[in-house]
Amino acid sequence: MAAAQVVRSEWTKIRSVASTVWTLGLAVVVTIALGMLISALSKNEFGDMSRRDQLSFDPTFISFAGTSLGQLAMIVFGVLVVGNEYSSGMIRTSLAAVPKRGTFLFSKIAVATALALVVAMVTSFATFFLGQAMLGDLKASIGDPGVLRAVFGGGLYMTLIAMFSMGVAAMLRSPMLSLGILMPFFFLISNILGNVPATEKVGRFLPDQAGSKIMQVVAPIDDDVPYGPWGGLGIMALWVIAALVGGYAVLKKRDA
Amino acid sequence: MSLGWQRASSRSSVGAMIELEGLTKRYGEKVAVNNLSFTVRPGIITGFLGPNGAGKSTTMRMVLGLDRPTAGDVRIDGKHYEQLKDPLTYIGALLEAKAWHGGRSAYNHLLCLAQSNGIPASRVREVLDTVGLSAVAKKKTKGFSLGMGQRLGIAGALLGDPRILMFDEPVNGLDPEGIHWIRNLMKTLASQGRTVFVSSHLMSEMALTADHLVVIGQGRLLADTSMAEFIAENSRSYVRIRTPQREQLLDALHGAGVAVVEAGDGVLEVDGDKSEAVGELAARQQIVLHELSPQRASLEEAFMQLTAESVEYHAHDGQPPGAVPQQPPPGQPPRQQWGSDWKRG
Repeated sequence: MAAAQVVRSEWTKIRSVASTVWTLGLAVVVTIALGMLISALSKNEFGDMSRRDQLSFDPTFISFAGTSLGQLAMIVFGVLVVGNEYSSGMIRTSLAAVPKRGTFLFSKIAVATALALVVAMVTSFATFFLGQAMLGDLKASIGDPGVLRAVFGGGLYMTLIAMFSMGVAAMLRSPMLSLGILMPFFFLISNILGNVPATEKVGRFLPDQAGSKIMQVVAPIDDDVPYGPWGGLGIMALWVIAALVGGYAVLKKRDA
Repeated sequence: MSLGWQRASSRSSVGAMIELEGLTKRYGEKVAVNNLSFTVRPGIITGFLGPNGAGKSTTMRMVLGLDRPTAGDVRIDGKHYEQLKDPLTYIGALLEAKAWHGGRSAYNHLLCLAQSNGIPASRVREVLDTVGLSAVAKKKTKGFSLGMGQRLGIAGALLGDPRILMFDEPVNGLDPEGIHWIRNLMKTLASQGRTVFVSSHLMSEMALTADHLVVIGQGRLLADTSMAEFIAENSRSYVRIRTPQREQLLDALHGAGVAVVEAGDGVLEVDGDKSEAVGELAARQQIVLHELSPQRASLEEAFMQLTAESVEYHAHDGQPPGAVPQQPPPGQPPRQQWGSDWKRG
């Protein structure tokens, strides 16, 4: 079983369903539009901000504000790519065609990740430049220290979110269950854990909280987060690896 | 039927066998497949018969490596499924209907399968043609009828031009024309020297298609025999007798050394084609007969008798809620009323 054959097959699968287009399309549109909107609002409010807030004003990070919602579409993309195999019954046909389960799963994840990476990078650069355009005088330049890293990192962040979702869907083997857990987790629970003082120190090690550090250029005053931008992304990558290993273990062990 | 594209490795039909050895599948306490050993051979249609829930689908899933056996072994051409390079070119399977993504077109569904096994894309058109789905090749499969779905599943099985074909309940839900088509297809495939393994819970269907019969009940092997032998052994003939002088007739028959069983409702049954002998005996003893009729048990009844003890879901011990109570078909004793209304296992 040549892996190249399976990769081609998975590419055919991913490009031949409508959900790929609408989930990734939604991720692009929502991330960019919300980023532009919040950038524009921030520009208007800058004058009313406290001195402290003005000092830690991070135009790059603000232009990525849309990521908080756009990542939900990326989660749906990641969940559906893997989960649809189970909900449709396709998994049995797929594994009969490709009985080496590791080859099957990782070819699928490789194809979906490559596609997500391209879309996420385009989105990240677009949301940065369009967001900066909204910020007027407050804008950051791509040449400023740390900005290119943040913009590039924004693309990696979105890609890792999609990968994490693929791993979770492979573990749970159901798109509905996976979405039911991931959506509220990333939209609500992670934010709550990260902002309540009692759980803050734990919350910052959650995948999205740690990973989003990469998009930050100006650290907040009194920032006591124990990792830097790449450290944060590394923590997120560990979560992704754990999810994928878990997903592979489940696929390997369970009957299809 | 021309199957066109053929891979060099799949030309020879020697040894295109499915071999099961002590195959066992347990789900917790429940034994779904119990120590099954048999071989499916090329050139004939092997029917895999058993009531619903007997373990047919589980067995077929284990053949494809989808379910892991608890014990035992199943090999295709002497290899485990996982060891087959491009397995679709060795064995093609129709599992349950609709094992695919409804949002994908029939063409793309088959294309992704073809690509994963190094099968040329031109072959996708060929099999769509063979099953008669060319006109709807670009349509999303979620709009397909049950019959179209079965045809798509069969197209997937034929895709790699395999020497072994396995069909799980292929006629389920098909119209008569579709059933006729599938029967002919299977016969054609077998006549080309391929191995055809087909499951059904209907004896009548098997009698029409299968050359060889493997019968299972509650996961256990009950019979592994040629269809001809099964018919010869199992279509029991007997004489049905009713008489107002029951005791006298019983005495007379015993006196003549004829074995007789009481079948209830005052009916007596004598094995074999003995209606003349019984009639003459009764006449000599001046016993009045109300009925003396030669009977032949159907294959369906033979199958029922064979599996009766192993049937897991008798209709009369626990109807599913809301189920319409079913009357036994006329002419069948009520104790064998299971059949069409087993729950799916």
